[in-house]
Amino acid sequence: MTEEARPDVKSARFKVVDGLLIAMMILPILACIVLKVLFTPASEGVNIAGALVYWQTEAPLMPLYISESQVNSWAVMISILGLCLYLTHGLSARAVCRRQLLAEWIVEKCQGLVNSNMGGYFKEWAPFVAAIMALSAFSSLICLLGLFSPTGDVNVTFGWALLVFFLIMFFKFRGGVGNYVAGLFKPIPVFAPMNVIGEIATPVSMAFRHYGNILSGAVISALIGSALTGLSKSLLGWLPGILGDMPLLRVGLPAVLSIYFDVFSGVMQAFIFAMLTMLNVAGAVPWEAWNARKEKRQARKVNLGKTAA
Amino acid sequence: MELAMGIMLGLLGLGAGCAMIAGIGPGIGEGNAVAKACEAIGRQPECKSDVTSTMIMGCAIAETTGLYGLIVAILLIFVAPGIFTGILKDAVSAMK
Repeated sequence: MTEEARPDVKSARFKVVDGLLIAMMILPILACIVLKVLFTPASEGVNIAGALVYWQTEAPLMPLYISESQVNSWAVMISILGLCLYLTHGLSARAVCRRQLLAEWIVEKCQGLVNSNMGGYFKEWAPFVAAIMALSAFSSLICLLGLFSPTGDVNVTFGWALLVFFLIMFFKFRGGVGNYVAGLFKPIPVFAPMNVIGEIATPVSMAFRHYGNILSGAVISALIGSALTGLSKSLLGWLPGILGDMPLLRVGLPAVLSIYFDVFSGVMQAFIFAMLTMLNVAGAVPWEAWNARKEKRQARKVNLGKTAA
Repeated sequence: MELAMGIMLGLLGLGAGCAMIAGIGPGIGEGNAVAKACEAIGRQPECKSDVTSTMIMGCAIAETTGLYGLIVAILLIFVAPGIFTGILKDAVSAMK
């Protein structure tokens, strides 16, 4: 029996790398908060605006905006990367850190989910699905820190939905383009426009579902916050000094509602987005046509070999 | 001009309210789904977790139609006034 190479958890180098990875998780988010504070214009009352535009430049078709959504989603991506590196730092065959157990649990859950929903051919798609789920969930949860969640911007979710749409199309074309186009005219040719609309509706509904849920949560939170501000101004305005100006009724209730609107809804939508991605992609493969095509190709190869001989 | 603006804003608000009628459908649908899920759990308590997760998934998908209505309403309240005010001003200046 040889002693297996174990990472030295106590060493200074390990701890320094750990610290760097934790900084990688936290610093992007902090930078986003600082940016937001610097760029937010002073305003009063209900403020339900879209993403703040940080920078804008001229582009051929229309001005190109670098807005809060892009900046925040990149920050979330960097944080998730840091989290993943942190969880997998110091892996060994026998777990020496608690975080390894957590990482193993996450990986096992994702693989189980993908295996049970997509089946054998897509067995190795777990990283993609997990990436979509993590990005979506953390993007929605970022609004707990007072930042604009990127998923509350239709452009972001529509980008993800377009990615899924391209995947679906890629797998539908596996059975041959002719087969796919012929499938649009089934059961009778009159149905062709409706089938085309049905194809386009998939990404649109995926994008709008996610965006609508997050945005509605944000809008309702803002409305409740402003309503409570007004209420406390009229009820508690007689209090002396700074106490009268403070919206005291805003303490508590918005936080309770945010458990549903931000946490539950955000995580749920991330799960649903990943689930629909899996089901749509796995359901898009035309197995019969694909296998027939494979056989035909094989037969042609064999024929070519014969004629060459 | 003021009258036209007033009529326009009022009609936009009315339209947003009408768009939210779309909330009725998902309400009924989700109620049905949850009722059936409760029945299923009552009949077979051992598959409670499966039924619950499927039900939540189905509810979230059934919510979509209501959310379409909500998006239309939000667009009508927050986005449309800006666009229509611009159009109205252009029309008024063209008339003069």
